[in-house]
Amino acid sequence: MAGLTAPPRRAGLRRRRARRQRVFRWVVVGLLGLFFALPLLAMLEFTTRGAGGKLSFDTWRLLVDWPRLSETYPDLSAGITTSFGLALLTTVLMLVLLVPTVIWVRLRLPRLRRTIEFLCLLPLTIPAIVLVVGLAPVYAWVTYFLGGSSLTLTFAYTVLVLPYAYRAIDAGLSAIDVRTLAEAARSLGAGWATVIWRVVLPNIQSAVLSAAFLSVALVLGEFTLASLLSRTNLQVAIELLGKSSATMSVAVSLAALILAFVLLFLLSFVGAVRGRRRNRSKEPTVSTSSEPAIPATPEVTR
Amino acid sequence: MSTVQQRSDPAAPAPGVRARGRRSLRRGLDLFGVVPFFAFVAVFLAIPTLVVAIGAFAGDDNRPTLDNLAALTDGYIVDAFVRSIVLSAATALLGAVLGALLAYALVTAKPQGLLRRAVTAAAGVLAQFGGVTLAFAFIATVGLSGFVTVFLREHLGADIYAGGVWLFELPGLTLVYTYFQIPLMVIVFLPALDGIRPQWREATESLGGSTWQYWRRVAVPLLAPAFLGSTLLLFANAFSAYATAAALVSQGNPIVPLQIRGTITSEVVLGRANLGKAMALGMIVVVAIVMWLYALLQRRTSRWLG
Repeated sequence: MAGLTAPPRRAGLRRRRARRQRVFRWVVVGLLGLFFALPLLAMLEFTTRGAGGKLSFDTWRLLVDWPRLSETYPDLSAGITTSFGLALLTTVLMLVLLVPTVIWVRLRLPRLRRTIEFLCLLPLTIPAIVLVVGLAPVYAWVTYFLGGSSLTLTFAYTVLVLPYAYRAIDAGLSAIDVRTLAEAARSLGAGWATVIWRVVLPNIQSAVLSAAFLSVALVLGEFTLASLLSRTNLQVAIELLGKSSATMSVAVSLAALILAFVLLFLLSFVGAVRGRRRNRSKEPTVSTSSEPAIPATPEVTR
Repeated sequence: MSTVQQRSDPAAPAPGVRARGRRSLRRGLDLFGVVPFFAFVAVFLAIPTLVVAIGAFAGDDNRPTLDNLAALTDGYIVDAFVRSIVLSAATALLGAVLGALLAYALVTAKPQGLLRRAVTAAAGVLAQFGGVTLAFAFIATVGLSGFVTVFLREHLGADIYAGGVWLFELPGLTLVYTYFQIPLMVIVFLPALDGIRPQWREATESLGGSTWQYWRRVAVPLLAPAFLGSTLLLFANAFSAYATAAALVSQGNPIVPLQIRGTITSEVVLGRANLGKAMALGMIVVVAIVMWLYALLQRRTSRWLG
């Protein structure tokens, strides 16, 4: 009978499949890994290429020596300063605009939630190059009122980070029971400012942190708006530098990339901490877990 | 005294009316909380969008006209749109196929294993890795004095540029775009693959199905909407990209984003002041259609693999 002979045969089949999958896995990961590692290694090699084929770390030594760097490449150091300033300003503006609004809408104006979501996700469907066309006249006014400083880019950048920041914060708020927390605080006599600042905000700390990290990473890599609105930031400076000193521009590119890598690595760490904390708190009260015990879609159960 | 008088006044609004008035007043006050957000979005998102949408239909004298849209059918603009679409489609397909393979390789690994975690983290970074830095990375790799170019020339005697320098043209853009398309595919396609349950394979086996039949009849039909949807997302991603091309392409404006740059930075041809806006509107239309299809497919995907 086929049924009796099946189990050993099937176990062998499964072992064979597991072996085949392992080979497939390492071939795919190996080949694509090479494709992805090559440009990064090439950047390192390119920036350490000295005269006569010898290793030379001059470029990197210059890059970490800030006073000498700003003397040799004033545009680059200005770009770096501007980009970090922009990252800070954009993160602050994003948090100030978005966090209270999203909390407020959840608590008091639930009917506006769809609108807010739509508006926040809208920049995803508008390419930056299109946004810049529309922003040009707006920025004529910004320049008129606030001057032509590159830091004014922060307004446009806040628009760019809206979708990512909104998703992060919205996910954080969905994980807690905002309404109950707010009602509890209100019944103890807290004002709305206290509710938002001292009750809800500490509960969505990690979501706020990931929104901030994403904003910083995005701002440090932004080129389109800065370049076409005639302002200078890190990426614009790198592009400019590429025309005169290729080695230095590649070195700064690699450094920026490593910085972004570290930022996003920290971000994944924040996410992991959040997940672990939620899991721990989930243990005693299974009923409030965010993962439904029954399949999410009724079609599957049917 | 007058207040007392007023309260006993029969003409005063009934309690219900007053309560309703207070409620609407409170709702009005509630709305104040979202004013800063809406004001900001209006100025920096709604106005720019309207500037593009209205400007596309306005002539140099701000009178409504269809000239700008008609100009979109000019040979060089049509060519730019075609090249943009071909480039985006090619890199989306390439990225989707290779990214899906990589994602599948990850799914067969241990879910909490080091391999999967490392590759997902790297994909998260590399998908964001675009623009100027990516262009320079490839100049350092396969540029004229790049690592690979030099290595091949000195050790194998091969010249990758025997047929002309292709890095700064469309073939180069295809290669460079693929570099950020593959990781993006991994990120968006992995959840769908995770939704495939081992039980379905076991069910196929217990019904006597072979591996081929499992893929042909179960896995592929289930994954097809997710795969198509992800490919569309990749298409939109490549179609909107500007910085990489701007840093890499040195001559001419082969694709639409670079054409738009041309209208912003160079002298405006008389009667064509709003041509850039018309092209921008064209881009919005393409991206909107693609994203709409993506949303449709996404809904279909979540039926089984949510």
